[in-house]
Amino acid sequence: MGIIEAPAVVVRNLHARRGKEPVLHGLSLTVPRGIVMGLIGPSGCGKTTLMRSIVGVQIVQSGEVSVLGEPAGSASLRHRVGYVTQDASIYDDLTVRQNLLYFRAVLGAPRSDVDRVIEATDLGSSAGQLAGSLSGGQRSRVSLAGALLGSPELLVLDEPTVGLDPVLRVELWRLFHRLAATGTSVLVSSHVMDEAARCDRLLLMRQGDILADDTPTGLLSTTGTVDIEAAFLALIAAHPVTPDEETP
Amino acid sequence: MTPRRTLATAGRVLSQILHDPRTIALLLVMPSLLIGLVAWIFSDTTAFSTVGPAMLALFPFVVMFVVTSITTLRERRTGTLERMLSMPLGKGDLILGYTLAFGLLAVLQSSIAVGLSVWVYGLEIDGSIWLLLAVAVADAVLGTTLGLLASAFARTEFQVVQFMPALVFPQILLGGIFLPRDRLPVGLEEVSDWLPLSHAIDALQAVATDSEDAAYVAGELLIIGLWIVAAVVIGSITLRRRTP
Repeated sequence: MGIIEAPAVVVRNLHARRGKEPVLHGLSLTVPRGIVMGLIGPSGCGKTTLMRSIVGVQIVQSGEVSVLGEPAGSASLRHRVGYVTQDASIYDDLTVRQNLLYFRAVLGAPRSDVDRVIEATDLGSSAGQLAGSLSGGQRSRVSLAGALLGSPELLVLDEPTVGLDPVLRVELWRLFHRLAATGTSVLVSSHVMDEAARCDRLLLMRQGDILADDTPTGLLSTTGTVDIEAAFLALIAAHPVTPDEETP
Repeated sequence: MTPRRTLATAGRVLSQILHDPRTIALLLVMPSLLIGLVAWIFSDTTAFSTVGPAMLALFPFVVMFVVTSITTLRERRTGTLERMLSMPLGKGDLILGYTLAFGLLAVLQSSIAVGLSVWVYGLEIDGSIWLLLAVAVADAVLGTTLGLLASAFARTEFQVVQFMPALVFPQILLGGIFLPRDRLPVGLEEVSDWLPLSHAIDALQAVATDSEDAAYVAGELLIIGLWIVAAVVIGSITLRRRTP
């Protein structure tokens, strides 16, 4: 590790397709370490493709993605980055605990970690239940718990709070900030604008490009608006879609 | 690839199956019931003594192929495959873990099939029953690994399903069940020599009639074993961590 720590994520001029559709057209961004970075934008704007590129499971056409100072997808990054997909990727025919025990064994995380993440995601009462019998919100928490195992340095969370009740959502955001306070970098996507205000910093994304990269307060003051949704609309008005972008 | 991760994967696959008793029952007894049906069909003739060993190769092979490829297909569809491959799990850990878990089931399944065939369906075995069991197990494991290979090679779910007729049916047609392999036209006989199921059927028939010595059966077992290893290796190589 160098004297100056590399940022959590650096993306330079990234072009990627999802299936056959070009989704990211030359996108660049930096995610600093130790903060909760929000990736905000409407469905279909490329958030998931960007996150998949950062985690290293997306085939990219061109551009550079470096994570914690190494090329995305490097073998050495696989236990330093925790990834939660939009749909809970867990084994429905295993119990919550069996799911986590398997992830733990693969990661080589300490045994005590399983209880720690069960507690952190408030899954204690359903630990013995089959994952397939749980509600959508519980399943996504199991998926999140799996990503917390082994205390990764970077967490990439694709809409982790969808379908959760408000109390739990607040709790999870607290958890993200606690993790950031201990040095974990958190990149979390959402299409819910009111969640944006909870982030330390925001990336506003539209049609495969970054519209803005600022703190929530900075964003409000530069756009002269009072909430993130209005700021987003002001930014869209200032950056009209060019005709060739609209053609599929 | 590490033993810990491979064994954890095998244990995980077995725990998944243990939560589904009906699948275990189907997996363990279905090939045996199908062999029983064939025995019943031929009960007024002597044909079962020649067809029986081939059935012992055929049904466990096909059932294991289907079950394995569907299980890994599910893993692909639910996103757990992508998750696991973003974690420090070797591609070989995954393929070998599945092979071990389903290999264990294959041992149980083949033991039941051999036991029922010999002691209930009246299949006459002139050679060693242990040798018969060894070939039957190798054959079922072969079905598993080819199922894994098909699933690793495929990029989509539809492709996996299409690989079944592509990989399995030619082996059945050319395996000597419909026409003895030495009576196949030139070209097809040579092709059938390269197909692993042919060797499983040959070996089982050799043990049943005790027409060849143990070295011959060991040679056939070796060929099946090489196919198993090749399928695991190629499956591990073709599995992709990055997808479009």
